[in-house]
Amino acid sequence: MSAKATSPQTDQAIRSELSQWLDDNWSADRSLLEWRNILVDGGWAATGWPTAYFGRDYNREQTALVYAIFREKGAVGAASIGPRRLASETILAMGNDDQKRRYLRPILTGEHNWCQLFSEPGSGSDLAGLSTKAVFIDGQWIVNGQKVWNTSAHHADYGILVARTHWELPKHQGISYFLIDMRQPGVEVRPLKQMNGHASFNEVFMTDAVVAAEDLVGEEGNGWAVAKTTLSYERRGGAPTLPAASAADNPRVGRVYSEYQKELAIANEPYSWYPQRQGRVDLVMSRARETGAIANPVVRQEIAKLFCMSKGAVLASQAAESKRKSGSTEIVPAGSIGKLAASVIARQAAHVHTMISGADAMLSGPDSAAAGMIAEVLISVPAISIAGGTDEIQRNIISERVLAMPKEQRSDTGPFRDIKRNS
Amino acid sequence: MQTGFSKDQHQFREIVSRFLQDKSPTSEVRRTMATAQGYDVDVWRTLSVEVGLAGTHIPEEYGGSGFGAVELGIAAEQMGRHLYCGPFFSSSVMAAYALLNSATESYKEKLLPGIAAGTSIAALVLDSLNTPDQIGSALTVSDGLLTGTADLVIDAHIAELLIVVAKSESGLGLYCLQRRDETAGMTIEPLETLDPTRKISKVCFTQVAVEKVGEVTDQSLNQIWDCICVALAHEMIGGAQQLLETTIEYTKMRYQFGRPIGSFQGLKHRCADLLMEIEIAKAATHHAARCLDSNEGEPYAASMAKALTADTYIKAAKEAIQLRGGIGFTWEEDTQLWYKRAKSCEVFMGTADFHRERMICLMEVGA
Repeated sequence: MSAKATSPQTDQAIRSELSQWLDDNWSADRSLLEWRNILVDGGWAATGWPTAYFGRDYNREQTALVYAIFREKGAVGAASIGPRRLASETILAMGNDDQKRRYLRPILTGEHNWCQLFSEPGSGSDLAGLSTKAVFIDGQWIVNGQKVWNTSAHHADYGILVARTHWELPKHQGISYFLIDMRQPGVEVRPLKQMNGHASFNEVFMTDAVVAAEDLVGEEGNGWAVAKTTLSYERRGGAPTLPAASAADNPRVGRVYSEYQKELAIANEPYSWYPQRQGRVDLVMSRARETGAIANPVVRQEIAKLFCMSKGAVLASQAAESKRKSGSTEIVPAGSIGKLAASVIARQAAHVHTMISGADAMLSGPDSAAAGMIAEVLISVPAISIAGGTDEIQRNIISERVLAMPKEQRSDTGPFRDIKRNS
Repeated sequence: MQTGFSKDQHQFREIVSRFLQDKSPTSEVRRTMATAQGYDVDVWRTLSVEVGLAGTHIPEEYGGSGFGAVELGIAAEQMGRHLYCGPFFSSSVMAAYALLNSATESYKEKLLPGIAAGTSIAALVLDSLNTPDQIGSALTVSDGLLTGTADLVIDAHIAELLIVVAKSESGLGLYCLQRRDETAGMTIEPLETLDPTRKISKVCFTQVAVEKVGEVTDQSLNQIWDCICVALAHEMIGGAQQLLETTIEYTKMRYQFGRPIGSFQGLKHRCADLLMEIEIAKAATHHAARCLDSNEGEPYAASMAKALTADTYIKAAKEAIQLRGGIGFTWEEDTQLWYKRAKSCEVFMGTADFHRERMICLMEVGA
């Protein structure tokens, strides 16, 4: 409310300006790229961004209104899905003018796909322990090392990369942050097949890969601070730069739509099993009824435990949100607690689905229970407590930052080269 | 439906908290729990008259403050935190909720003002503290005379007014009797309790004259049950939070192997899990109170809150003792006081299993 009051533009003014602009410019018969260029030039591609870089400095509520209007009109927005948002938000926050000018626009138009090159086989939870090496030779950076868990890297044009540039400094101080061209001979991308059969991620091998001097983000050795910007955006889930679902909600005929659907299908493919890794709580009651398991008092108890947790977790995050809005100074541990709760809920859901299915849970594939969704739940749930920070890391965060318990003693201080690590 | 608390509600919580910090430190809890009557008359009077808590949720026309289940919950949460020993739960919560939901207008006008003022301590006599389905199985009224036994009646030993749910030929009804020193045909036998901060008596009636104050329907009985459970859940979540906080403090100051034990992941992770469970149970509890006040929300919100808090409070109590090690098992250490309250709350007004089954039944009806 207060944000709206201080904002120079009223909701009504935004609505009439944007409606008029869409009436004048939106047409489903253009190519997707042509439309996106018009969108960026009109200043409606990323209204929450600064005016100097394609945006309008709108607040969250105003940006939400813009999305709503796009949705009403059935107009396609800027490209938004996948790791490209992590790149654009980081460049916006920490990049220099030159980088913003070169990289932001093609992200919005969808011309460039991005991936995130952070995790390594040797450094998972301990990201700052990374050992991909970047050396400055003859005016450019030469990169060697391996990255893993890189969503969409197989069709990425660029990557956001953290690599070590100093080996004599403590681990957090020797990291630099780069923007790397993925279409070069020194970069090899291989799909990584998961235990559930999907291959949503990749491994990326860099062998004398080249990064131009001007693609260092921030200062050399200051990469950890830049990486934290990316990570905090990733954890927040961020405000999307555009109305992602507008046309997908209501597909219509026209060249823009068909090209947009194609773009969405590619971008969303890695995430098709994500609902299953959360346990598909929504399927529990119908499955219990159709199998008759609802009559089993033990199953009923377990279902009720599941609903208590899942419903309670939603209520807890609402309570945290209203506390945040009221300006409470109390630390609201919503993110980590929500993530930990999601793991408990997913495991309990898998447990309940197992009880309900009985021996049928031995099957998988489209002919198995709920068109294969139950089987996919059972073999996808182990990912939820690992991806995006393991449960153990969440518990560290909760106990140290919220409960202010003392930190564990560390054995990774001093020069990085002296720290024991995976060989 | 509202999701957060208003400024006034925060202020109210502060007032109750400060009052109880002052009047109900564990030294007082230990002193009063060792007495036969189990509460301090002066503190109860101040709490009722000056702070006005006894009538928090009772409408103004019956002498109360006219707030709702949310404010009552705020008070109950603080009482659970500070293990307040007194007839707040038996009289203001249990008896008043029974009257509010089932008494006729004239009996509400007659009986509630004394409860709201704290001058008339009332006890709700139920023949089961396990499930509403069993109510009426042991207490019967015939020709205005009550006969039967209630095995577990909270605070009957100090009550001046007994509110009874009993069965007659016409079904369940709400009855009352004023207790005098020698009511013929009635015996009140104080029992030894696992939790000494909550006094329980066995009450036997043999042809005791009672006044009928209202009808109890299946719906109103379940509503009474829900209201009591929601207040109880608040008491429990207050206790659980207190246990977590004191346990964290202990792990920061207790040194073993040259470091505070709170720096060991083995302990930190358990505290993090406990915080998560408490946050979830607390949110469900606050939500249940709002559902009662707004007459909206899931019909099973109260059972969900009681099921979650039952598991969470006793888990917090077990962890509080375990993380303290040997000292946690001593009489001198205060944790045992909350452990016993947690156990007593866990089984009072239905176990977690009962409430989970009730949840599923209500979901099936709603589907």
